[in-house]
Amino acid sequence: MLELRHIHKTYNPGTVNELVFFKDFNLKIEDGEFVSVVGSNGSGKTSMLNIICGSIDVDSGSIIMNDRDITRDKDYIRMKKIGRVFQNPAFGTCPEMTIMENLSLAENKGRSYNLTRGADRDRRDAYHDMLVPLGLGLEDKMDVQVKSLSGGQRQALALLMSTMTPIDFLILDEHTAALDPKTAEIIMELTGRIVAGKHLTTIMVTHNLRYALEYGNRLLMMHEGEAIMDMKGDEKKNLDIHDLLHKFDQISLEYGN
Amino acid sequence: MALFISVLEQGFIYAVMALGIYITYKILDFPDLTVDGSFPFGAAIAAVMITKGAPAILTLPVSFLAGCFVGMLTGVIHVKLHVRDLLSGIIMMTALYTVNLRLMGRANIPLYSNDTIFDNPAVNAVFGGGLDAWKAVIILLVIVIVVKLLLDWYLRTKSGFLLRAVGSNDKIVTALGVDKGRVKILGLALCNGLCTMGGCLYAQEQRYADVSMGTGTMVIGLASVIIGTTLFRKKTNVIGVTTSVIIGSVIYKACVALAVHFLKNADDMKMITSVLFLIILVISMDKKRKVASD
Repeated sequence: MLELRHIHKTYNPGTVNELVFFKDFNLKIEDGEFVSVVGSNGSGKTSMLNIICGSIDVDSGSIIMNDRDITRDKDYIRMKKIGRVFQNPAFGTCPEMTIMENLSLAENKGRSYNLTRGADRDRRDAYHDMLVPLGLGLEDKMDVQVKSLSGGQRQALALLMSTMTPIDFLILDEHTAALDPKTAEIIMELTGRIVAGKHLTTIMVTHNLRYALEYGNRLLMMHEGEAIMDMKGDEKKNLDIHDLLHKFDQISLEYGN
Repeated sequence: MALFISVLEQGFIYAVMALGIYITYKILDFPDLTVDGSFPFGAAIAAVMITKGAPAILTLPVSFLAGCFVGMLTGVIHVKLHVRDLLSGIIMMTALYTVNLRLMGRANIPLYSNDTIFDNPAVNAVFGGGLDAWKAVIILLVIVIVVKLLLDWYLRTKSGFLLRAVGSNDKIVTALGVDKGRVKILGLALCNGLCTMGGCLYAQEQRYADVSMGTGTMVIGLASVIIGTTLFRKKTNVIGVTTSVIIGSVIYKACVALAVHFLKNADDMKMITSVLFLIILVISMDKKRKVASD
């Protein structure tokens, strides 16, 4: 379970550029939920993810993960229990290292990075079997440097790497936004399979309203640092894309942008 | 022949240092100027230990460990105090000048009559007769190969994987639940350990230590790394790259030696060092552009 309590965050306080991002923001995500988050640019979607992961600090409020206050924990400590896939496919993998080396690196998460051999040859077949279901031919490129792969291939690998070890939460930060529509479709389908297969509690930020509706069991619409729409279960299932677009138009009219 | 031997000797010595710079410049993407101070730091350690009567072989592990400590300090300044990479190195380089002077007690120490790792009863007994002129080359070759093999091994351990990861994408290190700052400090420690050991070898080969002998260390190391990695661009695995760096170091030393030989004035050395580096840099950038446009 993940909870954001009374989060306040202001950028550049006390200057002309002061920007109040969150004012008493609250959110509770139960185990097993797959939350799609939509919203216009600057609505606070990615900032929310950064606050959860510890990439940015909050001014006040607390972040509770599995009944433990992690507000003061450094980002890398929080990431021990969180998997994250970024919008930029280059962020989730090491370009200079091979697929085999990347997978070995990811599989060791949570354990000590000591002086034993980095890439365990005995795991090669297991990695091969993990790559086959991706359907991108990566299993034949195990010794190829990741920088020579396409964006979609890298993102699939990043998704696999971030979910290889047991994690409590999966954070997807517009992870299909930089891909062409066909590749995005493949990555989304893969995401759905991995989340369902591992029963991961997931937060997915997306600009694609169709994905937000099709995937997940909860939908959040953010606007100016607030969740102006929060639907779960049947309510979410019955929602269609026109309702969402209508809601979007409404906020645009109300706030004049 | 003497010129050829001295090129190999110094090429191998600078290769040890260049392997360290390969870690910071290529792997960590951190231009670490500390090396201009840690190279003479090694020379100072060697000179002081040897004149105080310590066995010459001991200077190698001692200088390596002392260098690691110095690199760690640069890392702490950068990571914990949030000072920019170049500035952290410059601060440490400048501070080390005083450390080296204090350590030696004066600006230079000659080692003409002392035993060194290249010239002591045990070594001389092994390399009698015809091999005498080559003994330093052979000893240095062994040292370079051992250092290279150890580095190759390290870069393929789990810890080495993290080091390689942090330079190309530090986000992934955080995502793996590891403090990227600590990985950077470790890389800087290793780099300066090797550079200090290079200085320790250099003092023993030249038979003197001088506080100003570090000027240009960074340039020489970078030139070696860039020549090596540009000439052998197709070698992308760890083992190939470290070998390329060693060969690059020897080639660079040969270029400088030839230039000094024909200009017949050793005072021009540093100018030649930097002009050659500039030429190499520009050529390698040109190559990269061509590769990119292919």
